[in-house]
Amino acid sequence: MPHTDVVVTGLGATTPLGGDVASTWDAMLAGRSGVGPLTQEWAQTLPVRIAAQLAVEPSEKINRVKLRRLDRSEAVALIAAHEAWADAGLVDAGLDTERLAVSVGTGIGGAVTLLAQDDILEASGPRKVSPHTVPMLMPNGPAAWVGLELGAKAGVHSVASACATGAEAIAHGLDIIRSGRADVVVAGGTEAVVHGLPIAGFASMRAMSVRNDDPERASRPWDKGRDGFVLGEGAGVVVLERAEHAKARGARVYARLAGSGITSDGFDIVQPDPAGAGFVRAVRKALAEADLSGSDVVHVNAHATSTPTGDMVEVAGLRAAIGDHVVLTSTKSMTGHLLGAAGAVESIATILSIRDGVIPPTINLDDPEDGLLDVPAHKARHADVPVALNNSFGFGGHNVALLFTRP
Amino acid sequence: MTRDEIIAGLAEILEEVAGVNPDDVAEEKSFTDELDVDSLSMVEVVVAAEEKFGVKIPDNEVQNLKTVGDAVSYIESNA
Repeated sequence: MPHTDVVVTGLGATTPLGGDVASTWDAMLAGRSGVGPLTQEWAQTLPVRIAAQLAVEPSEKINRVKLRRLDRSEAVALIAAHEAWADAGLVDAGLDTERLAVSVGTGIGGAVTLLAQDDILEASGPRKVSPHTVPMLMPNGPAAWVGLELGAKAGVHSVASACATGAEAIAHGLDIIRSGRADVVVAGGTEAVVHGLPIAGFASMRAMSVRNDDPERASRPWDKGRDGFVLGEGAGVVVLERAEHAKARGARVYARLAGSGITSDGFDIVQPDPAGAGFVRAVRKALAEADLSGSDVVHVNAHATSTPTGDMVEVAGLRAAIGDHVVLTSTKSMTGHLLGAAGAVESIATILSIRDGVIPPTINLDDPEDGLLDVPAHKARHADVPVALNNSFGFGGHNVALLFTRP
Repeated sequence: MTRDEIIAGLAEILEEVAGVNPDDVAEEKSFTDELDVDSLSMVEVVVAAEEKFGVKIPDNEVQNLKTVGDAVSYIESNA
């Protein structure tokens, strides 16, 4: 039976590169880094004192009183969702909200709220703990807030698969529409945990770059000098829509979401399967679902986080699953690693590569690894991109591949 | 402390916690129906008021504080 056609009709993001999609995309094409020093006092004793923090503070878009009851991960999700909603032309469009679902995940959730309220508990006692604590720290909070504000009544879902969350949330949105449960799904990921504890935890795993004296050059996927990822914060949200529904209301269509592949490694809680077998299966599933072959895929927005082990495993897997012809990039070289938001923000970049015929650069790729595929280093490259793939992997052995095509 | 001073103090708290315009805060106003203070924000208002006015407002008392005037009277007689 043929699959229901699903298209992308709206995009929204707030990232270390910009407070919306347009400014983020402009910065990506210009090859700008969103990474900077952590100048806060709490950061000064950490082994890692760099991060990719938001370009635009949520307080510029959301009023003070409302922000008091939102974890930062919820605030950025709302900002991205409202942008995507407006971009899709759905504000006051009279959409049947019983056919509207939300799928917005977070990798870590309201950890900063948890830690801040624990400080209050320790210092001032339980009565001073905010009554907003639980809705702020619950991992379904971002999805719930988006659902509440858009009035979604066909279900609000919050996938959690670490750094694959944003991509898996979008894949889940595709499944929701194909199952017939909704016509429109607002889907994406959010993360905001630039705080000493998560940083110390990742740093203890030796997963993070310690290039503290040169923040803008710290995120350098596939470069021989890479020494780990750089933590970023932000959110990305797309509006997925049943193609016929989009056509009936005359919506502008960015791309088709032609297929998704979700697999699990069954190998290790944090290490990727060194053979990349799980991720190769994810790519093959996405291709099969889209009825396309590897040779059709022109471009891959890769997961490539700038860790010494992961980056080249992915390249070997892409070689096996797709072939040698494909042009890769890692926008994490500019945004840092947005964890649960990464797959969503990178899906947006992938979609815009299709729309604009341009592949953003991988910055800091000064000394590429031997055996790397074609990557536009430092400068964006114009190319016809009818079919592109976005990969995301997460701690826990999660692999997600999303295949987008020109509408 | 006069009733007007207590109202002014409550208005400050309501603005900080719930974004209520201080000009709207008056004795006859209902917290939930007229000032749009929801149940979680009301908890914050109570905790902040305890600190500001040096009173103890037990949970079973909070349900009786329907209007600003109710709160002012409670604070006036218990501070």
